[in-house]
Amino acid sequence: MSAQLQPDAQPAPLAAVNDFVVKFANVNGSGSASANELFAKAILRMGVPVSPRNIFPSNIQGLPTWYEIRVTGAGYLGRRGGVDLMVAMNPQTWNQDLKEIEPGGYLFYDNSKPLPASRFRTDITVIGMPLTEICNATYSEARQRQLFKNIIYVGALSVLLDIDPGVIEKLFSEQYKGKEKLLESNFKALHLGRDYASQHLPKIGLRVEAGDGVGDRIFVDGNTAAAIGCVYGGATVCAWYPITPSSSLAEAFQKYCQKLRVDPVTGKNRYAIVQAEDEIASIGMVVGAGWNGARAFTTTSGPGVSLMTEFIGLAYMAEIPVTIINVQRGGPSTGMPTRTQQADLVSCAYASHGDTKHILLFPEDPHECFDQSAQAFDLADRLQTPVFVMTDLDIGMNQRLCAPFEWDETKEYDRGKVMTAEDLDSGRDFGRYLDVDGDGIPFRTWPGTHPSKGSFFTRGTTKDAYARYSEAGPDYVYNVQRLLKKLETAKSLVPQPVARNARAATRFGVIYFGSTSPAMSEALDALDAAEVHVDALRLRAFPFPDSVRQFIEAHDLVFVVEQNRDAQLRGMLINELEFSPDRLPAVLHYDGTPITARFITREIGDRVRAARKSS
Amino acid sequence: MTYLAKPKLHHPTLPQNRVCRTRRDYEGKISTLCAGCGHDSISAAIIQACFEMDVEPHRVAKLSGIGCSSKTPDYFLGNSHGFNTVHGRMPSVLTGANLANRALLYLGVSGDGDSASIGIGQFAHVMRRGVNMVYIVENNGVYGLTKGQFSATADQGSASKKGVVNSDTPIDMASLALQLGASYVARGFSGDKKQLVPIIKAAIAHKGAAFIDVVSPCVAFNNHPGSTKSYDYVREHNEAVNRIDFIPRKEEIVVDYAEGQVIEVEQHDGTILLLRKLHREYDPHNRVMAMNYVAEHQAKGEVVTGLLFVDNSARDLHEHLNTVDAPINTLAAAELCPGAATLAKINQSLR
Ligand SMILES: Cc1ncc(C[n+]2csc(CCOP(=O)(O)OP(=O)(O)O)c2C)c(N)n1
Ligand code: SF4
Ligand SMILES: [Mg+2]
Repeated sequence: MSAQLQPDAQPAPLAAVNDFVVKFANVNGSGSASANELFAKAILRMGVPVSPRNIFPSNIQGLPTWYEIRVTGAGYLGRRGGVDLMVAMNPQTWNQDLKEIEPGGYLFYDNSKPLPASRFRTDITVIGMPLTEICNATYSEARQRQLFKNIIYVGALSVLLDIDPGVIEKLFSEQYKGKEKLLESNFKALHLGRDYASQHLPKIGLRVEAGDGVGDRIFVDGNTAAAIGCVYGGATVCAWYPITPSSSLAEAFQKYCQKLRVDPVTGKNRYAIVQAEDEIASIGMVVGAGWNGARAFTTTSGPGVSLMTEFIGLAYMAEIPVTIINVQRGGPSTGMPTRTQQADLVSCAYASHGDTKHILLFPEDPHECFDQSAQAFDLADRLQTPVFVMTDLDIGMNQRLCAPFEWDETKEYDRGKVMTAEDLDSGRDFGRYLDVDGDGIPFRTWPGTHPSKGSFFTRGTTKDAYARYSEAGPDYVYNVQRLLKKLETAKSLVPQPVARNARAATRFGVIYFGSTSPAMSEALDALDAAEVHVDALRLRAFPFPDSVRQFIEAHDLVFVVEQNRDAQLRGMLINELEFSPDRLPAVLHYDGTPITARFITREIGDRVRAARKSS
Repeated sequence: MTYLAKPKLHHPTLPQNRVCRTRRDYEGKISTLCAGCGHDSISAAIIQACFEMDVEPHRVAKLSGIGCSSKTPDYFLGNSHGFNTVHGRMPSVLTGANLANRALLYLGVSGDGDSASIGIGQFAHVMRRGVNMVYIVENNGVYGLTKGQFSATADQGSASKKGVVNSDTPIDMASLALQLGASYVARGFSGDKKQLVPIIKAAIAHKGAAFIDVVSPCVAFNNHPGSTKSYDYVREHNEAVNRIDFIPRKEEIVVDYAEGQVIEVEQHDGTILLLRKLHREYDPHNRVMAMNYVAEHQAKGEVVTGLLFVDNSARDLHEHLNTVDAPINTLAAAELCPGAATLAKINQSLR
């Protein structure tokens, strides 16, 4: 055959400006994380968007870890897939890392120890640099050798990729303000790398060119953003139990509280953080604090939610405001503790035994982690029920470029329906579980309010509208119907879906949520460009507002894209809105890596083309 | 009707306390427990203690787990907010409530199943944290509400009503509380109100984690011969280390105990505990001695009662966390929200 593949055909070396993926293969605990972040930030400071992702093991030291940076002048912040330049610093993962490089791509490695030619690929450009040798010659201490090796390779890469060294120096000066010695030694390491690269290494086809694609956006991880949201949302009690990937949220809350919530006169704290003995105790404390009028939250991940479910049912039944931030990871069981998934939708939406239903919020990025965490406290107080902020590892633990946080100072906290002593004295009837105005939400009183009025007994057992123990069927039905009505009320209070129409009218739609967002934006552009038109709706909350039903009704086929095996959101749409399953084909990605635009474009593209043919 | 409202019969001549309340104001709904249940006597002791301590009922938050014992908060202090939480987890809810508002008096009521079996984890940690509260375990050695199974406090070798012998080692809640750092530890008996009321009063005055183990026979499932939590057994084996009298602040102390038999213990709020020693060598300030004493006498089959340990200088969880003096549920938005200008600075730090 004439079209036979020639085994020796070499792909041309990749050439791209502001559009490539660099992946660092490191060893956990070697100090590479800060060097890699420095690399990402330097590109950002040149006005070129980047989107980094940590791929790390459940381990403290010694196991492989990766940092993948997508340089994206076009501003596509989802994971692209594929690697154009591999910085292979970990011999353990050499084979696997080599395999991932795109044909025509580049390999940067430490050639202090020679490797046989058989260990390399011939369809890529190999760039060796004697990093260990340089370090050993320059530094005597083991830790210094290790740490500065990272900075040296950043220096070398800055030459290869044309990254402005001035920007890196500025980042150093910010980071080591007042620590002159550290500053100087970092400068030195950077230039060691730069000098070697300028003298010995060839130019490559990948390049960063200064631009203005970053604007006033901020670069922050979702956990930090959510923590700041909790501070702004008025949270005063945080009870938590460490679990990846949520721990850094509680730690960031502590950090920002120490800065922003200490009484300047007395030096005392306007917050209380307790590291509980387990997640049952965490949620118990949140329930107690919420019952007693504080804004309280816990932060956890799947296994923690599993433990919390009895209490979540109590909070639902007894109507206590509770905020739970679930930074989802791969389940079930311990699952993939350091990988991402959106697989706790069902376990959170219907957490606990009996008929329960809870509010879920779906932030797409750190900006929305901030907004929705703050808003969760208003919703919980207004609706007197558990509210989940459903973020995930991809958003929570990776720095993401996003719109700056905003705060409307004219807006007040919504503390919901709380009767004060004056209200009670004015003769208003108080029935703790009485629906007085048709929204399903009763009034409550905080303990200690009034000497003789408004006290009640809170319990998870059934009761009448005046909180008196009752096992009477009608009392039970009144109560649980009212709980449903509350959920109905919630539909207009939760963040509404965001629609994006295709360039041309279409009978195809797609529904997605959360961390799928950046990959979806990119995929929709690609699909539109390929004349595959799909209208999109990004869900931001459960229960589903009416516009979700309208969107599905307006399209013949609506793809539901999510990062779990069982199409959990799709199941909820079918169950809650009673659409036929045929109308809602699932597009699922659940191997623990963040979903990519390439995957979505291919899946939806193929299926739309097939549907067009068959109709 | 599944609840019983108590008729409000206010007698005009009922004596009032210093906050102008009569005993009636400390009562709750009519108990639905078995006649003769030890738990009802404890409720009565709580009512008397709160009345005599001039506690304002609405300034009390009463919390419990699940069980017959945990039902009792509905039967006292009807003007207090109550919270019947989930089985074994009252300590965490109480902790959270306490964090939200440090100005209320927190009364936790639990059972031996609730605190020693399913809830031993939370019991341990609430003591360790030094939450300012009065924590009462109404200890009958069985699960009353689920009809008589052994709990973790049942003595080894004791027999259930159905004749089953318990082979597991018992947990002694008072010893555990001592070991875990509770700063007030006492044991009472539901059948001895004279001893129990002052113990509860002193616990109310105590600042820190106050724990009271009250042996409280279950007449339905654990009051038979062979039980070590029956009225008869406890009466026969009660080994009281002291009798306490609780003297409110600034009151003159006029008690006619024999010299050397009485010690005064000043509480954090200036109130005085008068301890009438029944054992010359017993020192309630010595945690280690208390633990040894309880263990030694337990080995002899005796139930040591009285004030076992008190530490007047204890620091509570709020002090450990350095929280503001005002209840944090009263902090206004201005004190909580750093505002837009600060947010702009935060944004700048993230570029
Ligand atoms: C999670 C859970 N498991 C089991 C039960 C059933 N249950 C209710 S009360 C109880 C035991 C209560 O024993 P104890 O605390 O000693 O109280 P008592 O009734 O003896 O006063 C059990 C097992 C429950 N309510 N919740
Ligand atoms: S079953 Fe036992 S513990 Fe429960 S009420 Fe009856 S006597 Fe009391
Ligand atoms: Mg019991």
